[in-house]
Amino acid sequence: MATRKNFSIVAGPLSRSNPITTQVLGVCSALAVTVKVDTALVMSGALIFVLVGSNTIVSALRNLIPSRVRIIVMLTVIATLVIVIDQLLKAFLYDISKQLSIFVGLIITNCIVLGRAEAFALKNSMRESALDGLGNAMGYGLILLLVAAARELFGSGSLLGLQIVPDFLYAGQGGWYVNNGLMLLAPGAFIILGLLIWLQRTVTGYREE
Amino acid sequence: MEALSHYLNLAVETIFIKNILLAYFLGMCSFLAISRKVETSIGLGLAVVFVNGITVPVNWMIHEYLLGQGALQWTGIAGMEQVDLSFLTFIVFIATIAAMVQLVEMVLDRVSPTLYQSLGIFLPLIAVNCAILGSSLFMVEREYDLTEAAVFGASAGIGFFLAIVTLATMRYKLKYSNVPKGLRGLGIAMLLTGLISMAYMSFSGINL
Repeated sequence: MATRKNFSIVAGPLSRSNPITTQVLGVCSALAVTVKVDTALVMSGALIFVLVGSNTIVSALRNLIPSRVRIIVMLTVIATLVIVIDQLLKAFLYDISKQLSIFVGLIITNCIVLGRAEAFALKNSMRESALDGLGNAMGYGLILLLVAAARELFGSGSLLGLQIVPDFLYAGQGGWYVNNGLMLLAPGAFIILGLLIWLQRTVTGYREE
Repeated sequence: MEALSHYLNLAVETIFIKNILLAYFLGMCSFLAISRKVETSIGLGLAVVFVNGITVPVNWMIHEYLLGQGALQWTGIAGMEQVDLSFLTFIVFIATIAAMVQLVEMVLDRVSPTLYQSLGIFLPLIAVNCAILGSSLFMVEREYDLTEAAVFGASAGIGFFLAIVTLATMRYKLKYSNVPKGLRGLGIAMLLTGLISMAYMSFSGINL
């Protein structure tokens, strides 16, 4: 069912209504796991799993959940999915799960998941909710990868662990180039994301009140 | 004296050097959404100090006596030292936090209606604040003892308070400056946070 509406549900969050840069949801983890590209990739994968799952389940239950207790029901669904993905990561990708440390657990309080469940899944069919979850998780992953690529490239001169900047350019090896250590620290993440938001809003013309 | 300086050191380290927001990015969502006004950010900051100071030690007790490896030994049932319930950590912690927030709200309403009024809508909101859950998870990862957990919880909250009030005052001033169009709002707030974070980095190396 590749209708136009379904397509726009998936594609919208990639640019125009991106969860991080436009809706301002889920910024915490976006900054913390972006020192290297591989952690960002794993984190995006985990979020795709949780967001598609939670949106589908919440949407399936939407007529059964009393609205007074909906927050706690949604949190339980999300926390269960997060426990599943956390145990999977510990079993199959132990090193990366150590580097992500507490941030996989923090997907529970990641505002994207709860925000999409509340704003979309409670009102729409299962198929559309799953697509919305997929789109938003991919929009989140896109920003994560851009920030991580910039930080790893300028901070350690590599991408996915492969060295990009050639050896002879470095100071000390006869060159002049020095890695920008600030990129690996917290301020680098804030500044890269700030600039990315600027770029994205200039391109799409989105204006904040 | 030895013990006191140890806790003081932990507090200074948590507030300035390992600031929960500026070094670990926790609580960014509410940080960006609430920091438009100085009064509301003071209210949210106080609520976080309060709730964090309570939930971190409570979660420490839950982890120590219910969830950790061999934590159920005190029941005296044979074989309990093998039981490890730590995979339940996330769901139990988030439930505890939600329950504690509700409890704090009810107690405050009864004991100090003025404080309840001023914290107002922020109490329910912080149940889903990453800074609160994050502090509890850090407490487990760094293996603090009970007193350390209490000190860590309160000072993580104070660190959040300082950061959000600083940004709110700066954004107040921003109203009168000429920011490029695409950078207005979120973009400039991010860049400013980066600068504040750089300033806080200069505290690193302080040791009492």
